[in-house]
Amino acid sequence: MSSLLFDEPGPRARRRIRIATVVGVLAALALAALAVRQFAANGQLAPERWQPYATWPMWRYLLDGLWSTALAAVVSAALSMALGLVLALGRLSERRWLRVPSAAYVEVVRVIPALLLVYVVLFALPKYGLDLPLFWKLVVPLTVSNAAAFAEIFRAGILSIERGQTEAGLAVGLSRGQTMRMIVLPQAARRVLPSIVSQSVGLLKDTSLGFVVSYGELLYSGKVLASYNGLVIQTYVVVALIYLGVNASLSKLARVLEQRSRAHA
Amino acid sequence: MSVLLDHLPVIWQGLVVTLQLTVASFLGAAVLGVLVTAMRVSPVGVLRALGTAYVEAFQNLPLLVLLVLAFFGLPEIGIKAEPLVTAIVVISIYEAAYIAEALRSGVNSVGKGQGEAARALGLTFRQSLWYVILPQALRTVVQPLGNIIIALTMNTLLAGAISVVDLTEEAKRINLVEAQPIPIFVGVGLIYALIASGVGFVTGRLERRLVMVR
Repeated sequence: MSSLLFDEPGPRARRRIRIATVVGVLAALALAALAVRQFAANGQLAPERWQPYATWPMWRYLLDGLWSTALAAVVSAALSMALGLVLALGRLSERRWLRVPSAAYVEVVRVIPALLLVYVVLFALPKYGLDLPLFWKLVVPLTVSNAAAFAEIFRAGILSIERGQTEAGLAVGLSRGQTMRMIVLPQAARRVLPSIVSQSVGLLKDTSLGFVVSYGELLYSGKVLASYNGLVIQTYVVVALIYLGVNASLSKLARVLEQRSRAHA
Repeated sequence: MSVLLDHLPVIWQGLVVTLQLTVASFLGAAVLGVLVTAMRVSPVGVLRALGTAYVEAFQNLPLLVLLVLAFFGLPEIGIKAEPLVTAIVVISIYEAAYIAEALRSGVNSVGKGQGEAARALGLTFRQSLWYVILPQALRTVVQPLGNIIIALTMNTLLAGAISVVDLTEEAKRINLVEAQPIPIFVGVGLIYALIASGVGFVTGRLERRLVMVR
């Protein structure tokens, strides 16, 4: 096994690698032991403090939260992809009056924190008579901010398609719109699929802002549960593990898609 | 916008906290990120696995979950700290995963001949990483690092959820008194936009200066 930074190890290097392996394992074990000791010393390892998470009602409550998270993420992803596609096409358009506002939207939203958008929807809009339901108070700001990210992904995908494809489409008599719809977009969509999946992981992580708007998604459900049963650290650890499981599977999917598309190319 | 000027001292205080969060977290994340990158490219399999697990874990956990877990959970196992310190440590740990990922792609972009030449000269793993590979890798990731700093600035707002009073929290408080959400939040948004474009400008200049023609 050799790579950029090292060759096939000789006898001395192999000995050094063995030593580093032992040190690495010991350091990891020491960290884990320290964590366990802290838990144990404060009585947080007691079986009755973890037992509840082996029972169905607790899980049903958290899975309800996960369902709300998924719902918010899917709705927001669909809306922001649609808006993102429109913005990407607008930014690549020949017409100035489409190009300038699309570019402005993307550039402005990119530098505005998503939480600030949540606060605008939460505090500012009701003052002007627009009091959205809780679900939309989370989904609208997430859509507004993620649309800019999706727009950039789509734009990069469209630009990565060779010029000859467009030229060929126009040469056989398709209109500009037809060329985009029938020739360029299908190829671009395949190319940006991995980026779309990893951006969706980011969006799913962003739905945890539901904690701020009191929308009953996974993290907020965890908060409610923890204040009800008093098992604070246990609840949040379980919530974190659920997020980790879901997002790691999605990230894995993105990597598989990327490898597959590279194998085809 | 005049409503913000009326509260200038408070806004300034909040801005200082936001800048503290940004700068301190970035420094922490940079150190940790370089360490994790070194682990991920090392010849020791266990270290590589640990580094990969670190990046994988923290890229897939929402920052807000980590902040809430650290702020409400850690005192339960006897670890107590100021909210500001908790926020800085958690944001550092979280962003280090992103920095490590960017640095690794930078390391992979350095030509194979560079590593071979370094070893042919008799440099050790540490020396070739530190003197040959990393300086070249860093140049190629200036732009991605700039984007990470901007994302980090946007993420410092989440510290407000664990009772750190940053720029946005100050804005929320002013809004409670003044009830003029649009000018207040637009004004604060402009400040964040300014910080982000400042970072973008600096990294753009840096990249042009550091770029290597191959």
